[in-house]
Amino acid sequence: MNYDIVIIGGGPAGLASAIEAHKKGVENILIIERDRELGGILQQCIHNGFGLHIFREELTGPEYAERFIEVVETTGIEYKLNTMVLEIDTDKRIKAMNETDGFMIIHAKAIILAMGCRERTRGALAIPGTRPAGIFSAGTAQRYLNIEGYMVGKRVVILGSGDIGLIMARRLTLEGAQVLAVAEVMPYSGGLTRNIVQCLNDFDIPLLLSHTVTAIKGRDRVSSVVISKVDAHMKPVVGTEVEYSCDALLLSVGLIPENELSRQARIEIDPRTRGPIVNDAMETTIQGIFACGNVVHVHDLVDFVTAESIRAGTSAAKCVIESHKNISATHEKVIESHKKKMNSIHICSKAGIAYVVPQSICHENLEDQFSLFLRVKAVYHNAQIVVKADGVTIKAFKKNHLTPGEMENLILEKSLLNETIKSLTVEVIQAEV
Amino acid sequence: MEERALICIVCPLGCHLTVTIEDSKMKVFGNKCSRGEAYAKKELTAPTRMLTTTIKIKNAMLDRLPVKTEMPIPKEKIFPCMSILNKVIVEAPVKRGDVVVENILDTGVNIVATRTLRIKIDRQV
Repeated sequence: MNYDIVIIGGGPAGLASAIEAHKKGVENILIIERDRELGGILQQCIHNGFGLHIFREELTGPEYAERFIEVVETTGIEYKLNTMVLEIDTDKRIKAMNETDGFMIIHAKAIILAMGCRERTRGALAIPGTRPAGIFSAGTAQRYLNIEGYMVGKRVVILGSGDIGLIMARRLTLEGAQVLAVAEVMPYSGGLTRNIVQCLNDFDIPLLLSHTVTAIKGRDRVSSVVISKVDAHMKPVVGTEVEYSCDALLLSVGLIPENELSRQARIEIDPRTRGPIVNDAMETTIQGIFACGNVVHVHDLVDFVTAESIRAGTSAAKCVIESHKNISATHEKVIESHKKKMNSIHICSKAGIAYVVPQSICHENLEDQFSLFLRVKAVYHNAQIVVKADGVTIKAFKKNHLTPGEMENLILEKSLLNETIKSLTVEVIQAEV
Repeated sequence: MEERALICIVCPLGCHLTVTIEDSKMKVFGNKCSRGEAYAKKELTAPTRMLTTTIKIKNAMLDRLPVKTEMPIPKEKIFPCMSILNKVIVEAPVKRGDVVVENILDTGVNIVATRTLRIKIDRQV
């Protein structure tokens, strides 16, 4: 099987990149999706709040997804559902399988990685206690409730105040469960303020900051959990234990980009984002393999996923069209030009910055404006994000409020950079109080 | 004089607002812009919310259909709406935007489907 572009994952990132590549003139496109339908995680996010940036209206997850799915259906972009990709390699061969086609080897001129992310589990936290039924990651509980139609419990404790945990606190309350508390180990919530107000405060659900679950009890089913206060070093404080009798514990404790396939293909991973290192074209360290969405870094707004995926789709299309034009270009030449693109201008995270995506940009490839996505390491008020080129400040962004829970999007102009620049650094400068 | 504390959700800043009420006159403090004042006044006089949930659907690939209120409804109507929607059953096919309950609880707001669900095709074995 041969395709110009194969996209791995049919969620928001895969859909937007496929549509954009098609718009740019590539017709032979395949999306591979392991679930029974397109749309990815949006299908279970039945709450509203999606699309304010892209569509200028507030949509629910399924509505946002369907707008893209409809376009895919009308363009003739092919897709395979219930299909699992087993392996990709540097020659852009994809090994995949499903019930109807069996085992397939698919050749692609370009690949877009759009596999999204996975939830951290109880195992990753090492919470002491028994191992009864009734412990769910928040997203799993969301799928049971919103798609399969099962309640996960009647008295629920939630650990972690990420957005999915907050959204599930409201959702379970609406469906008749009692949510006893949301415990958060950090002194601030990882969720959006509007979710704290509308999902917790509206229903008088307590948010316990600097608290964590220190024991899980129950034989066959969870019967209770113990919540303790933690000190400044995040160590539980003895004597602060409170036992909550409950029949379910939800974990909303972080998301991890799903990069088994990327690692197998020997794509370089950034330890800070846990996603592939990409340049401004969303191209990875392997020529012709692009990545976008939560597989690159975990986003909090799907609108930003869409924006990033449009860039990946554009770049993949450009890559395919160029390869059609320059059939004479040797493999070595293509690889060399890719290397140049990846090593042009490095972007470094300095004081207060957890990570920046993309990790490098190439001057000659840049549009007039380009954007940098980043997260800060702590909460800041009245601060500035300063971008320096080879040590010289080129732009400063005044920020009244910065928090690790909210991704920042900096827009920079190409005209700020001259062609000889080797590196850009990004840092937070706290204004004097 | 009554005093109420609120967190503004109009933008990501999340200003902590204090509202004083005296002789049914509201004064808002702590807001960095005028939208905060409007938000606080609405929250304390006639708070509204969007309601999103699922209802039963028959003969579709899935057993639940996600739905929403077409517009925000009064906050106190949320649980009464849920008890009505818990009893509603629809049959596939349903298109995104189809009205599944008209004018719920006389709020003037319809409940609409937020996705398309076609008739289930049983797989040939």
